[in-house]
Amino acid sequence: MSTDEARRRIRLEVNGETIEQEVAVRRHLADFLRLDLGLTGTHLGCEHGVCGACTVLVDGEPVRGCLMLAVQADGARVETVEGVTERGALADLQRAFVARNAAQCGFCSAGMLLTAASLLERTEAPDRDLIRAHLSGNLCRCTGYQSIVDAVEATWAARRAERAP
Amino acid sequence: MKAPAFDYARPETLEEVHALLAEHGDDARILAGGQSLMPTLALRLSGPALLVDVNRIPGLGAIEARGDGLQIGALARHAAVLASPLVAARAPVLTRALPHVGHVAIRSRGTFGGSIALADPAAEIPACALALEAEVVLEGADGSRVVPAADFFLGLYETAREPDEVVTAVRLPSQAGRRFGFAELARRHGDFALAGIAASARLDHDDRVTELRLVCFGCADRAVLADSAAARALGRRLDAATIAEVAAGLGADVEPIPSPEADAETRLHWARVLTARVLGALPTTPEVDA
Amino acid sequence: MSGPQSAGPIGRGLPRRETERLVRGRGRYGDDIVLPRMLHAAFVRSPHAHARIEHIEATAAAASTGVVRVLTGADIAAVCKPWVSKAENRATHRSGVQHAMPADRVVWQGEPVAVVLARSRAEAEDAAELVEVEWGPLPVVAEAAQALAADAPVIHPELGDNLAFEHHQVQGDVDAAFAAADRVIERRLRFGRQTAMTLEPRVVVADYDPAAEHLTVWHSHQSPYQMQDVFSRLLGIPEHRVRVVTPDVGGAFGAKINVYPDEMSAVAASVLLGRPVKFCADRLESFVSDIHSRDHEVVARIALDADGDVLAIDVDDLVSLGAFTPYMRFSISEALMVAMWTAAPYRMGAYRARGRVAYVNKPPVGMFRGVGMPVACAAGELLIDDAARALGEDPAAYRRRLYIADDAYPTRTASGMAVERMTLVRCLDALLEVSDYARLRAEQARLRERGVYRGIGLATVIEPSAFGPAYYGPTGARISVQDGSTVKLEPSGVVRCVTSVTDQGQGTLTGLAQIVASQLGVEPEAVEVVAGDSAVTPYGGGAWASRGMAIGGQATLDAAAALRANVLALAAGVLQTRAEALDLGDGQVRDAATGEARIALAEVARLAYFRQDLLPPGVQPELAVTRHFVPKGSLYYLSNGIQLCHLELDPETGAVRLLGHWAAEDCGRIVNRLLVDEQVRGGIAQGLAAAFWEHCRYDAEGQLLNASLADYLVPTACDLPDIAVTHVETPLADTTLGAKGVGEAGTIGAIGAAWTAVNDALAALGAVATEQPFTPASLLRALRER
Repeated sequence: MSTDEARRRIRLEVNGETIEQEVAVRRHLADFLRLDLGLTGTHLGCEHGVCGACTVLVDGEPVRGCLMLAVQADGARVETVEGVTERGALADLQRAFVARNAAQCGFCSAGMLLTAASLLERTEAPDRDLIRAHLSGNLCRCTGYQSIVDAVEATWAARRAERAP
Repeated sequence: MKAPAFDYARPETLEEVHALLAEHGDDARILAGGQSLMPTLALRLSGPALLVDVNRIPGLGAIEARGDGLQIGALARHAAVLASPLVAARAPVLTRALPHVGHVAIRSRGTFGGSIALADPAAEIPACALALEAEVVLEGADGSRVVPAADFFLGLYETAREPDEVVTAVRLPSQAGRRFGFAELARRHGDFALAGIAASARLDHDDRVTELRLVCFGCADRAVLADSAAARALGRRLDAATIAEVAAGLGADVEPIPSPEADAETRLHWARVLTARVLGALPTTPEVDA
Repeated sequence: MSGPQSAGPIGRGLPRRETERLVRGRGRYGDDIVLPRMLHAAFVRSPHAHARIEHIEATAAAASTGVVRVLTGADIAAVCKPWVSKAENRATHRSGVQHAMPADRVVWQGEPVAVVLARSRAEAEDAAELVEVEWGPLPVVAEAAQALAADAPVIHPELGDNLAFEHHQVQGDVDAAFAAADRVIERRLRFGRQTAMTLEPRVVVADYDPAAEHLTVWHSHQSPYQMQDVFSRLLGIPEHRVRVVTPDVGGAFGAKINVYPDEMSAVAASVLLGRPVKFCADRLESFVSDIHSRDHEVVARIALDADGDVLAIDVDDLVSLGAFTPYMRFSISEALMVAMWTAAPYRMGAYRARGRVAYVNKPPVGMFRGVGMPVACAAGELLIDDAARALGEDPAAYRRRLYIADDAYPTRTASGMAVERMTLVRCLDALLEVSDYARLRAEQARLRERGVYRGIGLATVIEPSAFGPAYYGPTGARISVQDGSTVKLEPSGVVRCVTSVTDQGQGTLTGLAQIVASQLGVEPEAVEVVAGDSAVTPYGGGAWASRGMAIGGQATLDAAAALRANVLALAAGVLQTRAEALDLGDGQVRDAATGEARIALAEVARLAYFRQDLLPPGVQPELAVTRHFVPKGSLYYLSNGIQLCHLELDPETGAVRLLGHWAAEDCGRIVNRLLVDEQVRGGIAQGLAAAFWEHCRYDAEGQLLNASLADYLVPTACDLPDIAVTHVETPLADTTLGAKGVGEAGTIGAIGAAWTAVNDALAALGAVATEQPFTPASLLRALRER
């Protein structure tokens, strides 16, 4: 293998902070977050795009962190579970996860939460089948999903109640 | 499971892409959505020397009206196509098929043109392209050409695209008067199909079939237009007997290949079952107004 | 020793405490641990299922960028002893010698033969590709039946043949019963290979300090104590200088109780290099190096008399185990459980079972949720279902008729296993009620007239949990069946519980906090539980066999009760009263009769730690108490229950849609209903996963055909149904806590319930499923073969 592995300088926003640094071009976004920035809340469960544990938000959209090169995120706005937590944007869903025991080992949780986030923005109520379809790219090995669906459903309903006049 | 080392270029024009492809030949791979390419790198199934990231080329992601039809830019993300009211109005079979393409996060990045260019035999988008009578726009170093979808998909991951060409858009003619059907059988939601059917049809005032484009995917080495089977429906109403005849005729058009999941005969059986279901459930009125 | 104090915190459905951290991205898993000078390991694994290692050429790899060292079997053998996983008390168990990395021969595809240590995992993988191994392929045996044939290639030549274990379980005259039968039904059943697929792969971070001659290992594992012992013995480091820490573990399910050769090699590499080494299995190597489960072929027969009573059951079980009986639990229980527990809920005249375990060139079948019991459950339940169908009886009513009666205990099963207590009939009643069984059946009949094929399947579950000293003790394996907790009152009146129980998501530690809180009259939030560090906690077994609450919970209860007694005695001295006149509640020492607050717990602690001058003379405060607990009377604690699976079969495609699943469960005293329910649900999910999707498919050359997560199908949120859980709560008599195991019941029953449900749907079409997983293709095949 070449000793002078290709690297590029990238500049992006991660959890509200501007980051500018060099990265190996073969490094995927999840590894960049974990290894270069110490954001270990993003997990690697398969590294070939199936399990969803590495899901992060790129310009607001859920993206598989292992299927995007870090260098591709140049100029992008990236948010991880750490950032979302500090911003409080999903505090209600996180509380619902706790109350409903929607995490056991917790390894899938960050990806699950970030994937669920966009569902909470919907105006029409998501039924359970829709919630299940929306989360179908995120594998959970512990719960059997029911508690996760419950937590998303309850959080949507609570947000709606709050928004209601 | 780390990708082998490679170099990376991010051209901002098609000319630059062509120059890079000309310079690096087979050692270069185009990186669009990356949702299929990146896993092959992680698995070290391919080791290109250079990835040519086309994501920053302006203008390739547009979804726009083109006459009474549509043009979908190659870099349009699956999520954008799925959410597009224009697509829902002018090519509703796409709106029905796209929820089956991967999952939410895959659809955030995966591109329409990438799926066309990859030509996975079990993928939904190439099948819909055939049902919609789509044309693939290819830009080569020496100019562009337009290839009908029916001539584009040649075999297993094999297309009419030349090595120096880039898929830049997919054009859909007016679908006026058409009604659509789509069904697939997959082991899990979001998986590639064990077998699938996409169909478009035009019926006359007497409900007799004047046109039927029946596409079988996930069965053979590519999505296949089952023209001889579909021809059995021409001039007839889609009653149970006609539908059964079309389904039975599928074998003449589709050469099923065995998969780890099922033998060839079983895959063809599934295609027949789905054909019957799709044709039996076609909307009673055209979905796209004339 | 006193029992739990009132309802109090015990029984409350408190959220798991660790979840707060985990959902905020604050987990600290093995791969999150980074140490100075740490190297990353990548293994070179055998592409052959059976081959000689003729030569390994690592020169190019060693020169690759970032590489510090490439080690092969001989290098590792210099510091790591090989092991033999042998149950000393089982004469018919025979085991070969296993090396962390073999030097001369590989026996499964995926066995490691060299390890690259480099600055980064990517560079280690780059170099691993450059290691050239010259292989001498050898004949492969991939299936047990082939392995036991007279002319089969022998995987462990020193053993003479490939029979790893054989067990016979006989009660009564089975041949006579079959000769006299009015009706005999026989089934040949195949159970596929599943793998645990913990979402976090296996991880070990080893840090050997040659100056201190001290090894610290952060290990994604269920038992730091077991691994302390294993590392100490195999690497020759005194045990008090081996510390194993289990950080947050991203799922275990039994898979992370085993001893893995690649993990041993990584730790050995740290010893050899004197530098920290991280090995984090990637998903591809997980599929060929994690333990697998099951891979049984069962022939089961039932003999019925004219009244439909069972005269006898005869079971012949054959397990394609893999290349080794894995360290340290042998996996002979795969066959033992089937032989001991098939159709165990039912009364019958005679019983016979033969279990055989064969070595084959595949990764070992090891500990995974349920160990053999899902096979025992499904085989028995399918026979009972077939009998009911043949007799034209409703399967629920037929089960009720044959069950060992709820008032018949203590008793023995037809196979001869001791049973302290079960509540089969009560659980069946509870299940039929919550699932509205009568309505489901009526709806099924109505829909069938319209060509809709629904299936309703039942499976009675027995879960032998919390195995006691009589099981592992005589095997000679250094497996601790006891656990211990230290409960300590801190000076401000809050409490720490330091325990040998470990928790990989189950929530056991939250349950322990509830137990401690109940004894000390504080809120569970005032109790912090510390676990997962072999240098710090009492010695114990860790998490396996659904034992955490049953055994560790009792140890914790005993420790907390003893601390309570010490606190009350101390308070009585201070208050010049008798301890018996005092009680604890809401953080106060109270008058037992009136409930009046006499002195705050915090004040007792302050006096004990800082103002001994104020205590009565001669009083020695002991505000940290350690207790251990080992089950005494029983070989195991038996939980029982029953599940119902409801599904719809599309007979044209063979596709199945799961509509709902119900479970009624008696796991004794429930400390935390929320967490118990989720254990049941999660267990059912993994059983349904095996029933319909997950299958390690091997070819005749021992090659895994679907070794990626794209091809090994783990069910998604769309695939699994909602699961309703209800309970019958019959506290165990053996302990004051009264808890039994619950972690495996879901998996044990789900395959059987799914299978009986599939058969229930297929029966209307005259077909039957004989192998799992049930896929669209396999069910179409069943329909064609009807």
